[in-house]
Amino acid sequence: MSDTLVKPSAASTGSRLVKDLLRSRELAVAVVLLLLIAVTTAKSDSFLFASTGWRDLLLTPSSLVLLAVGQTAVIITRNVDLSVGSTLGLTAYLTGRLFIDTSLPIIVVVLAGVLMGAALGLVNGVLVSWGRVPALVITLGTMYIYRGAFLTWAGSDRINADDMPRSFRDLGTESILGIPVLTIVAAVVLGLVGYYLHTTRGGRELYAIGSDPDAAQLYGLSVSRRILFAFVLSGALAGLAGVVSAARFGTVSSSVGQGIELEAVGAAVIGGVAIFGGSGTVWGAALGAFLLVTINRALPVLGISDFWQQAVVGALIVCAIVLDRVLVSRQERALIAAREHGPDAGRTPADPGPDPLPTAPQGPTDHEEVVR
Amino acid sequence: MALELADVRKSFGAVVALRSASLSVRAGSIHALVGENGAGKSTLIKIVAGVHRRDAGTFRFHGEDVDFGSTAESKAAGIAVIYQEPTLFPDLSVTENIFMGRQPRGRGRRIDRARMHREAGELFSRLGVSIDPRRLARGLSIADQQIIEIAKAISLDASLLIMDEPTAALSGVEVERLFAVARSLRDEGRALVFISHRFDEVFALCDTVTVMRDGEYVATWDIAETNVDALVAQMVGREVGELFPKAPAEIGDVVLDVRDLGSTGLFQDVSFQVRAGEIVGLAGLVGAGRSEIARAVFGVDRYDTGSVELLGKRVPARSPRAAIRAGMAFVPEDRRKQGLITESSVARNVAGVIRRGLTRGGLLTGRAENRAAGPWAGRLEVKTSALDMTASTMSGGNQQKVVIAKWLATEPRLLIIDEPTRGIDVGTKAEVHRLLSDLAGQGLAILMISSELPEVLGMADRILVVCEGRITAELDRDEATPENVMFAATNSVTHTGTEVPA
Repeated sequence: MSDTLVKPSAASTGSRLVKDLLRSRELAVAVVLLLLIAVTTAKSDSFLFASTGWRDLLLTPSSLVLLAVGQTAVIITRNVDLSVGSTLGLTAYLTGRLFIDTSLPIIVVVLAGVLMGAALGLVNGVLVSWGRVPALVITLGTMYIYRGAFLTWAGSDRINADDMPRSFRDLGTESILGIPVLTIVAAVVLGLVGYYLHTTRGGRELYAIGSDPDAAQLYGLSVSRRILFAFVLSGALAGLAGVVSAARFGTVSSSVGQGIELEAVGAAVIGGVAIFGGSGTVWGAALGAFLLVTINRALPVLGISDFWQQAVVGALIVCAIVLDRVLVSRQERALIAAREHGPDAGRTPADPGPDPLPTAPQGPTDHEEVVR
Repeated sequence: MALELADVRKSFGAVVALRSASLSVRAGSIHALVGENGAGKSTLIKIVAGVHRRDAGTFRFHGEDVDFGSTAESKAAGIAVIYQEPTLFPDLSVTENIFMGRQPRGRGRRIDRARMHREAGELFSRLGVSIDPRRLARGLSIADQQIIEIAKAISLDASLLIMDEPTAALSGVEVERLFAVARSLRDEGRALVFISHRFDEVFALCDTVTVMRDGEYVATWDIAETNVDALVAQMVGREVGELFPKAPAEIGDVVLDVRDLGSTGLFQDVSFQVRAGEIVGLAGLVGAGRSEIARAVFGVDRYDTGSVELLGKRVPARSPRAAIRAGMAFVPEDRRKQGLITESSVARNVAGVIRRGLTRGGLLTGRAENRAAGPWAGRLEVKTSALDMTASTMSGGNQQKVVIAKWLATEPRLLIIDEPTRGIDVGTKAEVHRLLSDLAGQGLAILMISSELPEVLGMADRILVVCEGRITAELDRDEATPENVMFAATNSVTHTGTEVPA
């Protein structure tokens, strides 16, 4: 009874790509983002066309994009990293301290920030993958620990713009071909991680682990090592984001990066990264980060009060999750339908064959995965 | 010898899974491993696969002593395993599921997707199936999932291929194709281990057979030197009497009355009654809509038209909770996913549905749970050393008993049971059947869905045949034959046999 099987689709590669793109969350978020920019610019054209408008539009999201990319790598494995805000704060302060206390070249300071972030991520990774404790709890703990370490280290001290070399601060304002340098940095990281997740074994295994951790174990994948890597990556990118925010704002106080970890999770969710792992792309997460930051900047221009700004962001996240549920259940129904009523799946009176007993399964039983 | 296991022992906590298991498989042969559920077959192959480590005993692979600490090690050594329950990644494509962890790579270590899809397509054509290699694994039927598992195992190019009930979900044609592939792998000099409860398949495919019982090696035979009766006797350690012992029971009043039930695209005009003391069998082909009807009756899924009455009272739609309160019980088809909380203890599983009556001052104690669960588990002879053992570590047969125990504890008037003995061995099957018969004798109304024709014919007082979402025949016990049931199941036009009363 091979009529329960799914025929290969006859669609060509090109038309399939177009179809996938039209259905993708990334496109939907991009459209919303463009609409928002268009509406805000119509209301006040300085939002886009003033000398700093274009630059701020691209520059402001750069550190959140880095965090969202790292967060995506972790969420895909069915984990979460709440410590990135504290990591960002610590590395931003480290950057300032290194400029004050040493005369290291800028590139070494940047690397030191990334390495420190990676080390903090390693701690999370070791605790999660070998301690077998849920990442939510572990990283909630390390979030407070790292923040506490930061406060102890910095005290009431504060890094000011004068403490950092001119050429470093210029990174925060300079542009190449009209695109801010820090945005280019974020875009390059985005491209590299996106490539890694899509085309390498390691990247695909992160998806597999998040999709079904038990199956990943049975497949013989090195689950612990991959999860560890995801946390190190998230930490390293948070470290880079710390350096980026130091260059962008020129000052580092002990509250820097507070609460940004939740924005990173929100950006990933809005961009279509499933919170239970297994699906989503960094492109979506980056667009989600852009959307979140742009909303925060656009709503005051549109004359909407602070209170409502928060509520709008929250509503966006809730909508994104509800939409995900609906889409997954629709997709599942479509896939089941494709299985049962495929192109030429007309049910012929069965040829009983050598085994006349109908022993195959009873059609769709996976509905409750959706209903749940 | 490709594989040699001797005197292997393994225990999980206090439960001894393997006492003294032995298995020797020649290269270039297909070796059947048979035994009741809980005999230790699955544990034994999990040791070979590197999922578990043995406590003691010899384990040689191609003449060398081995001790696999992980599935990756056994895979690298050349062992492929098809597990009883498919293990797929729902969010990934079918192709990625096959090649995960060893995708073909092109320049710069990037995955060569075109080649991967092509190779998946070649595997599928070797298996004689057509599945879109780019499709997500989500939503695949169990049969399709099983095919993916098989494709995965074959693509490993392993010297030892272990198949734990690979045919449980496959249709006759698919089974034949799988066997053809298995024989060609054997002729290439590979060793295969085949675990199955279907003796016709064991005799059709295998060269040798090893029988296990209660975690111990019993005997190994050349397939030509033995027969079904001898194997069954060795498996259960006793002669099997009547396999389907439905005793005649007094048929009472109507318990379940289903009228004109319909759900768009799934089933239409479904009307039937089940009386106290009666077992009504729902027979039919794959995807005919039997499980869907049962799920709608129990309120798990919606229905568009019609009504369900229990003991003369209307049962609200879409509310399993109301159905349970009205006196229905539902043992689902997929016990691991839908019937059990596998991480929880037996006691908690059994007590789960009756929690309401067990609480004292709103609190539920472990003692109360154990007290309520004890008699039920005992009555069903669940082989667990303690009620606090988690359900996930039990064999399929024992899990099924726990599911039934769980529902009996609610003292239902109607029991709906979907595939009561799927993947369950001969001995336990008979026990489940005897239990159902006893329950009917005590006045319980039972609606049984089964794909095994002998089971339906042996157990049911009345058989309803479903075809393409309609009841196409209603046959009494004495007029039902395998032929007329199959005929009704393959023919959507109502035909001979009694017309369905409206």
